[in-house]
Amino acid sequence: MRVRVLVRLKPGILDVQGAAVQRALAGLGFSDARELRVGKLIEVDVDAAGAEQARARVDEMCRRLLANTILEDYTIEPEPAERLAPPGAVR
Amino acid sequence: MRFGVVVFPGTWSDCDFHYVVSEVVKQPVKYVWHRDRNLADLDCVILPGGFSYGDYLRAGAVAGRSPVVEALPAFLAGGGLVLGSCNGFQILCEAGLLPGALMRNECLQYRCQSTSLLVENAETPFTRALRPGQVLTMPISHGEGKYHADPDTLRTLRQHNRVVFRYATPDGQITRAANPNGSVDNIAGIVNEEGTVLGLMPHPERAAESAMGGTDGLQIFYSLLGSLVEDGTFLKR
Repeated sequence: MRVRVLVRLKPGILDVQGAAVQRALAGLGFSDARELRVGKLIEVDVDAAGAEQARARVDEMCRRLLANTILEDYTIEPEPAERLAPPGAVR
Repeated sequence: MRFGVVVFPGTWSDCDFHYVVSEVVKQPVKYVWHRDRNLADLDCVILPGGFSYGDYLRAGAVAGRSPVVEALPAFLAGGGLVLGSCNGFQILCEAGLLPGALMRNECLQYRCQSTSLLVENAETPFTRALRPGQVLTMPISHGEGKYHADPDTLRTLRQHNRVVFRYATPDGQITRAANPNGSVDNIAGIVNEEGTVLGLMPHPERAAESAMGGTDGLQIFYSLLGSLVEDGTFLKR
């Protein structure tokens, strides 16, 4: 079952990388880009009987490795159908 | 005192530590591959600097879950000591052996420079040869050395005197300008509750010979040897 995880810095934690990216956008003329923060997208396929079991399994992966819970929050969602490769496609 | 220098894929400062311990401090030292859980014949395990696993996911994240790191709690319970420098400090925080986390330098620059470190705690096995208020010179070389911890953790660290080194001016003043990476409270190095694990971002192994610019890093090793010599066992805090 394919799942996607979004890992983000917790609110209130200074994101210097986000600030630098925001400044770069401003330099390109996007002065309306505000509060830019950079996170991580992790996609994974796990063994699970259903969506709840998949979520629980990936939640444990997040707590144990994928996210540093001192600094980061995470959300888990099923992989949207349109991102799945069409049948026969080479990955 | 028998030292083990852990090597992960991507570790960088293992040879420097091995050389210093063997040729300068003149103590038995061996390399420990990260898959090796057997630490029984060692007194002090060193986690050196570098880019273990390419800093993939987060610096120290993967190494912090490797077999040798999983073996550290038992090693510590048996009287062992652990010294983590740079990536080693990151690994110790990722493994939960030290509180807090290391983040990207606030200035966004990779800082490779000499720093002055104010000694805050001279009662740990790693700092017994020093005195509080003493200022050491040691180089740093990192892009992710900004120490972060929540207010409760910081309070605990302060109350229990667990901050060991802070970035300072050469005459010991704690200033923003002296802080190369934005670490909270200018924290450069901390110990665990028992005082048996030291994590610091600077590189003591690169301040161990005059030809390299200074020998202040040796004080950590001499403190360790002093801890051993005093009564045949390790002096506990």
